[in-house]
Amino acid sequence: MRFSRRAGGVVAKVDRVEAGVLTSVVGDLLDLLSDDEPDTAAGKQDPLAAMVGLPTGPVERPSDPALVRLLPDAYGDDDEAAAEFRRYTETDLRAGKRATATVVLASLAPLLERGGKVPLDREQADAWLMCLNDLRLVLGTRLEVTEETELDVPDDDPRAQPLLIYGWLGWLQESLLASMGSR
Amino acid sequence: MTAPAQLDRPEAEEDVAGDRPWVAIVWNDPVNLMSYVTHVLMELFDHPRAVAEQMMMDVHHKGRAAVSNGTREQMEHDVSRLHAKGLWATLQQD
Repeated sequence: MRFSRRAGGVVAKVDRVEAGVLTSVVGDLLDLLSDDEPDTAAGKQDPLAAMVGLPTGPVERPSDPALVRLLPDAYGDDDEAAAEFRRYTETDLRAGKRATATVVLASLAPLLERGGKVPLDREQADAWLMCLNDLRLVLGTRLEVTEETELDVPDDDPRAQPLLIYGWLGWLQESLLASMGSR
Repeated sequence: MTAPAQLDRPEAEEDVAGDRPWVAIVWNDPVNLMSYVTHVLMELFDHPRAVAEQMMMDVHHKGRAAVSNGTREQMEHDVSRLHAKGLWATLQQD
């Protein structure tokens, strides 16, 4: 897989296997972003609040650490303010992340059969960049990656495969960033 | 070292908590690429590359850096935008 610069954006060259792996992990990300999503702060629908446009998002931090990393607390030392912020913003944050993941899935769809090249405009390239980052945040949290984590582990290590994917996603993100250049 | 001379503090009520600016803080995490953090800081805040790189290095070496400041509402907005980009950010009063 390779990114190269073109007028107004980049081109992604993806083979069939890569398109399949990416589609699968982005699908997992979409599922994760829909997990733990209560209907309202109270856990049940409040039609009046919805009707008058009051925020009805969750106030509880998600239980999955990977999801907490995608949807972090905005206040480090004030649980009440963090909950209030979450109530107003988490639904939109989840929706935004799902939207970027959906852009990536759409650009991969035509490449699933035989691979090929797909042009990405600036907006699509941004979505790819954010989605690659979200994927790495989830995998990195699951693998408990630190700055010292060795990505190249023996094949019989159960983390070998996910670490390989994690390293590959980092390489992809770095390469996409380089081909996007500065605005 | 000598203690600084005691100054009479003005009694005006201008030093109330509400007047202190808020800051958006980005925290170090082991996943985000240094190049990506720099890219996001340039894109969201129009920081010149040198400024964004210095902030990124502070995050990396000191564990955190203030990347923007303003009213509480402005900082909530900035923290939202940083979360959308996947950076680990919080806001607090300076």
